[in-house]
Amino acid sequence: MARDLGILVIVVLVLAATCQSAVVSPVSESHRSAALELFSPAHGSYGRLNINTLETHPLRIVFDSQIVDLVFQYKISLALGHVYLEETYEALKTFKVLGIEKKHAIRTSSCASVADTLKSTSSALKDFFDALRVNSILKCELNSEAVRGTQSRLKDSLNGASSLIDFYYSIGGLVLLKEQMSEVDVNLGDADRIFRSIKALGQSDGRWRLSSNNPESSNNAAGIALEALAGVISLATPQIDNSWVSFDFCSFVLANSMKITTLKNDILKLFDGIERYDDGTYYFDEKHVGARGHQSPLSSSASVVRGIAAVAAATSETLNLPGEKIMGLAKFFLGVGVPGSAQDLYHQIDALSYLENIRHVLWKLTSFRTLYNKAHPDLKIYSSDHDFVAALVRVSTLLGSPAPTLSVRLMQIFVSGSKDASVIDQELKFDAVSGMHVLETLPKNIDVGSYIFSFEVIFHNPEHKKTYVSGGRTRVLVHITGVIKIDNAEIVILDGDRGSVENQKKLKLPGDNAVALSANHLQKLRLSFDMSTPFGNAFKPHQAFLKLRHESGVDHIFLVGNSGKKFEIILVKASSLVLLLDFLGLVEKFFYLPGRYNIQLTVGDADMENSFLQPLGFVELDLPDAPEKATRPPPQAVDPYSRYGPKAEITHIFRAPEKRPAKELSLTFLGLVLVPFFGFLAGLVQLGANLKNFPKSTVPSTFAILFHLGIAAVLALYTLFWLKLDLFTTLKALGFLGMFLMFVGHKTLSHLASTSSKLKSV
Amino acid sequence: MGRSATTKDAHALFHSLRSAYAATPNNLKIIDLYILFAVATAVIQVAYMAIVGSFPFNSFLSGVLSCVGTAVLAVSLRIQVNKDNKEFKDLPPERAFADFVLCNLVLHLVIINFLG
Repeated sequence: MARDLGILVIVVLVLAATCQSAVVSPVSESHRSAALELFSPAHGSYGRLNINTLETHPLRIVFDSQIVDLVFQYKISLALGHVYLEETYEALKTFKVLGIEKKHAIRTSSCASVADTLKSTSSALKDFFDALRVNSILKCELNSEAVRGTQSRLKDSLNGASSLIDFYYSIGGLVLLKEQMSEVDVNLGDADRIFRSIKALGQSDGRWRLSSNNPESSNNAAGIALEALAGVISLATPQIDNSWVSFDFCSFVLANSMKITTLKNDILKLFDGIERYDDGTYYFDEKHVGARGHQSPLSSSASVVRGIAAVAAATSETLNLPGEKIMGLAKFFLGVGVPGSAQDLYHQIDALSYLENIRHVLWKLTSFRTLYNKAHPDLKIYSSDHDFVAALVRVSTLLGSPAPTLSVRLMQIFVSGSKDASVIDQELKFDAVSGMHVLETLPKNIDVGSYIFSFEVIFHNPEHKKTYVSGGRTRVLVHITGVIKIDNAEIVILDGDRGSVENQKKLKLPGDNAVALSANHLQKLRLSFDMSTPFGNAFKPHQAFLKLRHESGVDHIFLVGNSGKKFEIILVKASSLVLLLDFLGLVEKFFYLPGRYNIQLTVGDADMENSFLQPLGFVELDLPDAPEKATRPPPQAVDPYSRYGPKAEITHIFRAPEKRPAKELSLTFLGLVLVPFFGFLAGLVQLGANLKNFPKSTVPSTFAILFHLGIAAVLALYTLFWLKLDLFTTLKALGFLGMFLMFVGHKTLSHLASTSSKLKSV
Repeated sequence: MGRSATTKDAHALFHSLRSAYAATPNNLKIIDLYILFAVATAVIQVAYMAIVGSFPFNSFLSGVLSCVGTAVLAVSLRIQVNKDNKEFKDLPPERAFADFVLCNLVLHLVIINFLG
């Protein structure tokens, strides 16, 4: 869709990145390797492992090629071969823009499915569109009859189209056909009507609706509409014929230019709805969730860029788009980094390629690097003639190709945090080998600290100056770091009122120190040291703390070089830092805790390369006793990991067991309980109980015996129940035994009853 | 005089009871003996509890109630089997005995369950 028809390009420059890392870089090898990974072909076509497509294309089957059986996959891909055309197109377009050659692997099968789609009568409008898009990259050999059939289908659907998507597909298909097959006649007779019907779906804020029934408008739809309208304009070009009357030709050209003017106004209205971040990134986002599912800002912005590119391609006039917004869009697309999904990568790369064709965007990478002395490659040597720090600026286009010849000049240096600036106007030397602009020498008065460098681009070719407009000056925050010297460090105990020195120790900073001091509450402690940059200038660090930590863990922090109520600052030179601790006033702050206090000094700054945190030794403080109302020192924090350690052992308190009787007593009573039983037996004997009525003949006697055995069995079951069984088992067994016992008992007792009744009657 | 009269009366009462009792049929005497045995066992258990304390109370209850229950069932058996009892004239004694056995078995199931 993008053609160089002598479009006027505008160059916008951007300085990105800080000295630490390149934040946003143009398209690079990481994009290429991501493309190869994300668009991996599954048996002949590009399937995409993307769950999101299920919502919009229910026919699509999403599966993992390693899991599914290859045979099944093959059959599916044959049956639904045309289903993957959209992904195939996205993969091919991405590879084409990135310059990756990978087409041969899938060319045959893709061409086959393209041909099938164009021949088949059951293909949907979208399938035609996708097939033609794939063909525009692969340039397969197509059957001319199929092409004619496709053309008539597209024209018919265009005439009957009512929704934006239908217009888009049919017009897009016709434009692609026109590009690929010059012999096919795709000119539109009623271009005006189609143009008006597409325009009718537009809204005053620049967005478009998808159809007249659907009131929701979106930027995505706007992009689609712009592409469709641009397609209408390009298709409406008539055949130049000798029989044309000049009047018709003029009216046609007038109508065309009016259409283009309305399109340009639409684009400008659309740009009014652009959103932005504070760092100058511009993007398009959707306010509503449209009918095609949620569109991300990436896909909406990509759609709008495609639309604008199509309009730019269809007309030979300039589209005066605000350069700042184009640069903001480029920042947005590059700011995505390397996307994780195939569709996002396609949108990003596609949009960048169209953006390149609309405007050549120069992307500048700044990195400040310390050059190491060649003699000692491991050592960072700070020499006084400051030729060790070099600034590197690389200028390239969005897709990584080199920029036209230009030079970069350092115009001004501001000290960060102050308003004064020095005007430099120094040109950076261009290193042709690496393609970078190098700042080799820094101005003389630059010392350790934070600065803002202001750069400007100057073109060598005066023609470029006509067509390119430089974006003005851009600023980069720079930290110049160095090793700070600390001299004259000493710690002194001063005697109370007289101020005489009692104990003085010299310190080596930074270095190992083990100072042992002792003081009482009437004395003062003074710490002083000087700091200077390598060039001898005074240096004031951001952080200078002295920490006194008691052995119990309570610590106190004092700022060095700060004026407070209790401290006194003596500035001897501009660069020296002093801390004076008056213990008399600090007694209460120390919670009246006497003992050993460890001293620790911390000095640091962002621009200081040798920031340090060091123990200096200890001071034995003798403080008076605490009065009753003094505050207690705060409780020390418990080690947070002790929460997960083992807890104290719990001793359980059990209920005291009941007092049991003596064993002998229990056994005695066991014997006593059995005594009545024997008494019963004796009584039975005395009464003359006998077994004379026991049945004699076989059958009744067996029943009788079984009856008694049954009772005995039930009693045995009860003992077992008491000893180890549970109720349910017992009940089950009892059920069976009970049945048996009933039967047997009935037999026995009825026999006995009949015997006794016989006796009675006799 | 009165005291000796009462004792004499008591003796005479006791003798008449004894002779009347001798006239009861043997099977009733066996049942009476059984009842006596059950009650004696219950009394011994209560005495034990009185000495030792009622800690496993459920065991005590189950022991005592088994004795008492079986005694009660024997009493009802005696009533039903007694030929002089007009109410149960038509009930064959074997049937009464079968009821006695069945109820005892159920009682002992419950007792064993409660024994713990």
